[in-house]
Amino acid sequence: MKEFALIFRIDGNAVASAGEVTPAQMQERMTYWTNWMGGIAARDRLSSSGHRLGIRESKTIASGNVVTDGPYTEVKEFINGYVIIKAQSVDEAVEMAKGCPILFAEGGKVEVRPLVAPDDNN
Amino acid sequence: MTIIKMDERQLIPDLYRKEYGKMVTVLCSRFGIAYMDIAEDIVSDTFLSAAETWGLKGVPSSPVSWLYAVARNNALNCLKHDRIFQRQVKKDLTMDGEKCFEMDIDLSPKNIIDSQLQMMFAICHPSISVEAQVSLALRVLCGFSIDEIAQALLTTKSNINKRLFRAKEKLRLEEVMIAVPDSREIGVRLDTVLICLYLLFNEGYYSASPDKVLRRDFCLEAMRLTYLLIGNASTSMPRVHALMALMCFQASRFDARVNDKGELVLYEDQDIRRWDEELIQRGNDFFIRAIHDDEVSKYHLEAAIAWWHTHPVEEGEKWENILRLYNQRLILEYSPVAALNRAYAFYRVYGRERAIVEAKALQLSGNLFYHSLLGELYIDVDNEQARQHFTQALELAGSPAERAVLEKKIEGLK
Repeated sequence: MKEFALIFRIDGNAVASAGEVTPAQMQERMTYWTNWMGGIAARDRLSSSGHRLGIRESKTIASGNVVTDGPYTEVKEFINGYVIIKAQSVDEAVEMAKGCPILFAEGGKVEVRPLVAPDDNN
Repeated sequence: MTIIKMDERQLIPDLYRKEYGKMVTVLCSRFGIAYMDIAEDIVSDTFLSAAETWGLKGVPSSPVSWLYAVARNNALNCLKHDRIFQRQVKKDLTMDGEKCFEMDIDLSPKNIIDSQLQMMFAICHPSISVEAQVSLALRVLCGFSIDEIAQALLTTKSNINKRLFRAKEKLRLEEVMIAVPDSREIGVRLDTVLICLYLLFNEGYYSASPDKVLRRDFCLEAMRLTYLLIGNASTSMPRVHALMALMCFQASRFDARVNDKGELVLYEDQDIRRWDEELIQRGNDFFIRAIHDDEVSKYHLEAAIAWWHTHPVEEGEKWENILRLYNQRLILEYSPVAALNRAYAFYRVYGRERAIVEAKALQLSGNLFYHSLLGELYIDVDNEQARQHFTQALELAGSPAERAVLEKKIEGLK
């Protein structure tokens, strides 16, 4: 059994222009997320429920110790959070990632990365 | 010669159940884990004396005091006359820092409770398997006989004896202290105790054994021991209150679960008038006290789910809430039972077809409840699949009551 990080990315512009989220919408999103994560957990494939990553108090440091505000954005996209799951192969991990609610959001992406040991030079 | 009357013939077995555990625990706490067998022998001898003496001289006016006095004397005689025992115990005691060898056995109510708390931590020790912990707890803390334990756990007396022997050996080898752990260790050790008590309760609640009275006693004992933890400051944590609430909510349906013919009655068919309202109320009280800071243990989540089940109404948010709670429960820690129950809750919220997908993903083939669940979900979706799963479940079923339920389901498919 291997471990994979599922990293959730989202479109910065979409977030900025989204406006207020109603409690009902918030509830609906929560339901999607807990159903998806609960499903993975029910199969005993969840290694870590990870974290959502905040936007407001985030910074990016580049070489030369240049500090800019906000998360690192690739084009207009930034990382929203991650979980760690267990799977026999990356294909199995991908199957589980396909149900991720981030994919409903504009520009939502899930990046699947294997957890490797420090001495693994792949 | 006095003839013991009919109801008095039940007296000694009743006293044995109530007092054996207490006396063994006090003596064992006093002498140490290495002397558990001696402690048990002393108490067994005490009951033998009672059986002989009361038959001849009649039952004393205060039977419990009589038993305690005789046990105490037997223990002190053991200390006085068995020189090896005395030297060994004295050595152990002085090494524990006691300055003088106090020739006394304290059988006061307070010391009985303290001894039981200490013994709970000694027995529910990570060095022995949880099955061994449960069996040892049933014998030493709760006073059940080997027969009763074997019957309830659906195994042989020989297996139980072996299990107890090995467990005591291991605890002796590890030199386990009969004490409530200090603040550094108590969190982790308490979790081990709670798992054991939870299992003990489930043995009583879900056991396939036909002896209803015995199973109910297992539940009551688990609740009694949990309540001891609540009564002690260093162990009265929110998750212990949550476990107590969970047990109360479950136990409230004990009478409704099995009908007068000994058949299992499913939740939706239960006679609600047989639900114990008072126990539900007590559960509510414990649940409220379990809410403290942000601590959310698996017991909190399971108690919340059990609370929903004390409400028989089937509409509204009940199943959405239960599903949400099972999701949280699994994200916190995996459990095959929780996974199966989650799939059932998924069915109640989203219907059979989506639930079948969730259930099949669990990959728990060979598990009785997995096949029962799939059988249930396939009804009117694919009755042939339903029949196959129910049939597989039937092969795995452990009791006549379980088999009866499954046979009825298969009948209903025709």
